[in-house]
Amino acid sequence: MIETWTNIILNIIISFFILSGSFFLLSSSIGVVRFPDVYTRLHAATKASTLGISGILIGTFLYLYVAHSIVSGKLLLAILFTFLTVPVSGHMISRAAHRKEVKPLTNNQNDEYEEALQKSMKETARKK
Amino acid sequence: MNELLNLSEHILKFSTILSVIGIAISLVLLLYRMLIGPSNADRAVALDTIGMGLMGLAALLSIILSSTNFNDVILLIGILLFIGTLAIAKFLEKGVIIDRNLD
Repeated sequence: MIETWTNIILNIIISFFILSGSFFLLSSSIGVVRFPDVYTRLHAATKASTLGISGILIGTFLYLYVAHSIVSGKLLLAILFTFLTVPVSGHMISRAAHRKEVKPLTNNQNDEYEEALQKSMKETARKK
Repeated sequence: MNELLNLSEHILKFSTILSVIGIAISLVLLLYRMLIGPSNADRAVALDTIGMGLMGLAALLSIILSSTNFNDVILLIGILLFIGTLAIAKFLEKGVIIDRNLD
């Protein structure tokens, strides 16, 4: 009796997690297509897709717990790894884009990272 | 009671299929951005998000097939995605991947 109710509620919760996760992945890809600049695209790609992938993996974890009564530690490890690595890769891509080719879109604000970069390059040149 | 259980299982199956369709649409959109992206950094961003979609697709496949063998695949896609994105970013920045000049 109670197990049946628990299974029903857990099925509803799993479908909610999976649907919300795929919705966030879809909205992140729409943001990557529609946004005008590399940095805004990176903003859409990292944050929304992290939320979406963690929702889908939590749903899969709950499903494996309900259907097979398995606590899968690898899925939790994948969620933790995603949370650790996605900001790092986003930072690396934006750093490469800023140093190499792409300038930010808004020209009416000053670019503080560019100023700091020029200052540090001057200091290293003076040290040499 | 059993009708409710059957109904919830049908809801789960339907939402899984719907999520697979949504992720497929997002992969098509990202492939478009990866083909036409104005700079190479755009292509790197789209490639990173395509890897995210592949992780989600493997997770949904493990729900559909009701199998546990895809957990290793999910973790391995995550790790290789991180290393590949770092290599692409390093290559875009300096032109080489492995060097001794650490600035």
